[in-house]
Amino acid sequence: MKVTVDEAKCCGAGTCVMLAPDVFDQRDDDGIVILLDEHPGEALHGVVREAASVCPGVAISVSEDA
Amino acid sequence: MTAPSDVLVVGASAAGLATVEALRRKGYAGRVTVLGAEAHLPYDRPPLSKQVLGGSWLPGQAQLRTPATLSALDTEFILGDPAVRLDAGARTVHTAAGRTLTADAVVLATGLRPRTLPGQDGLAGVHVLRTLDDTLALRTDLAPGRRVVVVGDGVLGAEIAATVCAAGVPVALAGPQPAPLAYQFGPLAAGLLAELHAARGVELRLGSAVTGLAADHGRVAGVRLASGEVLAADVVVVAFGAAPATEWLAGSGVVCDNGVVCDSRCRAADGIYAAGDVARWHHEGLDALLRLENRTNATEQAVAVAGNILGEDRPYMPVPYFWTHQFDARIHVHGTLSADAEVSVVEGDPGEGRFVAQYRRDGKVTGVLGWNMPKQARLRRQDIAGAVLAGRT
Ligand SMILES: Cc1cc2nc3c(=O)[nH]c(=O)nc-3n(C[C@H](O)[C@H](O)[C@H](O)COP(=O)(O)OP(=O)(O)OC[C@H]3O[C@@H](n4cnc5c(N)ncnc54)[C@H](O)[C@@H]3O)c2cc1C
Ligand code: SF4
Repeated sequence: MKVTVDEAKCCGAGTCVMLAPDVFDQRDDDGIVILLDEHPGEALHGVVREAASVCPGVAISVSEDA
Repeated sequence: MTAPSDVLVVGASAAGLATVEALRRKGYAGRVTVLGAEAHLPYDRPPLSKQVLGGSWLPGQAQLRTPATLSALDTEFILGDPAVRLDAGARTVHTAAGRTLTADAVVLATGLRPRTLPGQDGLAGVHVLRTLDDTLALRTDLAPGRRVVVVGDGVLGAEIAATVCAAGVPVALAGPQPAPLAYQFGPLAAGLLAELHAARGVELRLGSAVTGLAADHGRVAGVRLASGEVLAADVVVVAFGAAPATEWLAGSGVVCDNGVVCDSRCRAADGIYAAGDVARWHHEGLDALLRLENRTNATEQAVAVAGNILGEDRPYMPVPYFWTHQFDARIHVHGTLSADAEVSVVEGDPGEGRFVAQYRRDGKVTGVLGWNMPKQARLRRQDIAGAVLAGRT
C-alpha cells in the first residue's frame, strides 16, 4: 500500500491523526497534514483506508497495489 | 444478526458514498445501489462556497472520487433520478423516473434543502447555495459592476460574503445577529470575525432581520429589512438555514421531525437507517436527539451506520466538529459553543490572529474554537470528550 497526501486540499481537521497517529501528524503552525509513513504495515491498512474515506478535505489517496 | 443481502443508499453525496466505502472496507460483499437526485457523480460541498465560488477550482476538482475509485466499489450508481416515495415496511423506494428499488437495508442520506424567502421563486438574481449547479449559476451572475447582498449571518452566509468580497465583487452581509455567527461564537470570536469582514471590505448590515425582497421587472432589486430599510442589490444569496430533505418520506412509516428520527444506532425503522445532515439520532452520551450539519459528521455517521447494518450494534457518539475558512482565518470548532458560555483563551493571542478559546458552561468544557491553530485546537478536544461522555448513564 502507498499513501499520498495533497497538502493543498487538507483543511487541517486532524481526523486522520486521530485515527492513525503512526501514519499521520499535523504541522504545528498551520495544521496541514504530515505523512509519517508512506508504506504503512499491513496491520494499519484498514485504518488508513478509513482515514482516506473520512478525510473531510479529500486529501488522502491510497494506492493498494504499490 | 446476518448481513443483509443487498443495501440501497438514497443520496449520492458525502454520507451516501462513505456508507458504501465503509461497507466494503468492513468486508460486505452483497449488492449495493446508490440512488442520487443530481446528475453529477458524488462531489463535495465545502469547496462550493470556497474554491469553486471563488474560481480557484474548476467544478471537477470538487469531485469526491475518481471514476476508477468509484468502479472499484462494485456499486451501481443511479444518478439524476430522485426518490419520491418510501414504503418502510417493504423497504421499497419509488423514483421520479418510475423505478422501484427494494433492499434488505435502506440508508437515507438525502441531506438538506435551503430555506427560501417568500417571493424568491422565479425571481432572477436570487440564489441559494447547496449544489454544484447552484454555485455555477451564482458565479455566472457575479458580473462586474453588480452588487451582492448575502442574506444570513451564519457560517454559510459569512463564508459566501468573504469569498465574493475576496473575488473583488462588492458585497453586503445582512442578518439579525450583532456580528457574524454571534449566537454561536459569542462576543469575542464573532467580534473578531466582524472586524475581519469589515477590514476586508464586506459591508456589514447586521442587527436587523430580513423580511423580504424588492423586485423590478422580474429581477431582484433589493433586500427589505425589519427596520424598514431596503438594501439595494443586483444579486441576492439567501443563506439563512436549511431543512432536512424529508418531504419524500411523508406517509412512509418513518418518523420525520426536523430530520429522520433515529435510535442511538442511527436506525429509523427495521432495516432503515439515516446518515449525515438528514439524520436526527439519539446521542447516548448527551442523552438528546441531535442533528449535525457538518462534513465530518456525514462520514463518521456513515461509518457507524455501515457497522450497524452489519450487526456491530454500537451507539454513535461523536464530538461535533466543523471548520470554516473566511479570508485568512481558518476556524476549527470541536464540541458545541454558545453565546452565553464562559470563554477563555488557552493558547495563542487573539491580537496576533492565532489562538485557541475554550467554552465552558456550568464549569464544564463544552467546546473549543481554534483560530488559525488547528492542531492545537484538536489537541484540546479531549477536554470536551470527557464532558460529553460524562452525561452517559
Ligand atoms: C456550500 C457549503 C459549504 C459547506 N462548508 C462546510 C465546511 O466548511 N465545513 C463543514 O464541516 N461542513 C460544511 N458544509 C456542510 C457539509 O457539506 C454537509 O454537512 C455535508 O455535505 C452533508 O452530507 P450529506 O451527504 O449528509 O448531505 P448532502 O451533501 O446534502 O447530500 C445529499 C444528497 O442527496 C441528494 N438527494 C436529496 N433528495 C434526494 C432524493 N429524494 N432522492 C435521491 N437523492 C436525493 C442530494 O442531491 C444530495 O446530493 C458545507 C455545506 C455547504 C452546502
Ligand atoms: S483528515 Fe484530511 S483534512 Fe484533516 S488533517 Fe488529515 S489530511 Fe488534512
